Amino acid sequence: MPASPFAAIGRSSRLTVRALRDTEAWAPQLLAQMRRLGVASIPIALFIAVFTGIVLALLASYIFTGTVPMYFVGALVGKTVMMELGPVLTGMALAGRVGANIAAELGTMKVTEQVDALETLAWDPRSYLVVPRVLAATLMFPVVTAFAMGIGVIAGWITSVNLLDLSTPEFTKGLRSFYQFKDIWFGLVKAASFGAAVALIGARRGLATGGGAAGVGRETTRAVAEGCMAILVLDAFWALVLL
Amino acid sequence: MIRLDDLHKAFGPREVLRGVALEVPEGSSTVLLGRSGSGKSVLLKHIVGLMRPDQGAVWVDNREVAALDHDELNLLRREIGYVFQFAALFDSLTCAGNLRLALQRQRLDPDEAERRIAEALAMVGLAEAGERHPAELSGGMRKRIGIARAVVLRPRYILWDEPTTGLDPVTTATMDQMMLRVREELGVTSVIVTHDLGSAFKVGDRVALLHEGRVRATGTPAEIRASDDPVVRQFIEGRPE
Repeated sequence: MPASPFAAIGRSSRLTVRALRDTEAWAPQLLAQMRRLGVASIPIALFIAVFTGIVLALLASYIFTGTVPMYFVGALVGKTVMMELGPVLTGMALAGRVGANIAAELGTMKVTEQVDALETLAWDPRSYLVVPRVLAATLMFPVVTAFAMGIGVIAGWITSVNLLDLSTPEFTKGLRSFYQFKDIWFGLVKAASFGAAVALIGARRGLATGGGAAGVGRETTRAVAEGCMAILVLDAFWALVLL
Repeated sequence: MIRLDDLHKAFGPREVLRGVALEVPEGSSTVLLGRSGSGKSVLLKHIVGLMRPDQGAVWVDNREVAALDHDELNLLRREIGYVFQFAALFDSLTCAGNLRLALQRQRLDPDEAERRIAEALAMVGLAEAGERHPAELSGGMRKRIGIARAVVLRPRYILWDEPTTGLDPVTTATMDQMMLRVREELGVTSVIVTHDLGSAFKVGDRVALLHEGRVRATGTPAEIRASDDPVVRQFIEGRPE
């Protein structure tokens, strides 16, 4: 008989608590995972942020010309990069990079019996494989997103000054006049939740892999697709809850 | 002692084990023979708690494996070494790192752990391979590191999953010698899954043939060789269906 949803949630919570308490398994790996999943993702996040900033400045100028004072370009670039496009586009890029990385690595370990080997050596795969990756992604997605936010705004500013008829004081006036501290933490909270979701989905898909190389490919594709969907759902959730 | 009582396991509609009953006496080397897909590896995974039976039970030293909680199961696993068919070495770690990870849960003094690692690597003839990664080794060498990872635990039981599959005759003979040496030096109880008859009769003191999800015949190698059961004869003589 299938377990009730409550029983499943209870069991899952118990396993999660047990995995988190086994610090001997995950703590020594945390820094390495943060470097691998976070620091190594900064270049792709910054690449996306630069072009997002440029396009936003040009788009704002196109919309506002003749109707709204041009210093609003700074406001639109700042608000949009910090609250929405910075976290979401970074999250999407990292869903591809990090989610695929985790799913493929754990999937390969599963089909080559390395996960079984861990268990026979009295290591819980959740503690040893899943927890350090999920914690690393949860901690590092906001860091990568913070870099992306900064670079996105700087790219918007450089575009405004060089390609639009806008001065630095005008751009910063718009940026500052609508800025709230919430803009930043709202984006960073979202980024942390995206990191947790992408890593959890990647790990779940990886550990569910069967059927050799084809299975690894299939689960990796699913991890990326589901990671992107989770980001969009969480994005809407945080907008409903926090705005 | 390991005892399997009426073990059943199905994957969807496919029944792999249909009531396996088997006893592995203390100190013996019991070889499980059977055709590919007959459920030999599935059976091994039940002994170490990687799979749970649909029906029946596995007992190790009077402990029912499926009834153990997480901590009890981990304690049991410290007494069982598992040699995987393709070694299942952690490729992100060096060979010594693989052995170190195996020992870490035993909370040994670091010097004692390093001494045991060196001993285990020497036992499989790869004393110099400690700092190499599994990807740098041949298939046979990886299998030997897999054996070292099992013996470094000083287990009471070793489960061998197809230890000679895919190896050339010379390496197969080396693996056979290694299994005998492990048994002599460590006094372990072994369950060896194979379909290599030469190896089975060389290293086993008891042989069981798994057929259609059940144990079809058990006995000493001589008894199995002399069996007049048509299924046993077909397997030993390698006759097509």
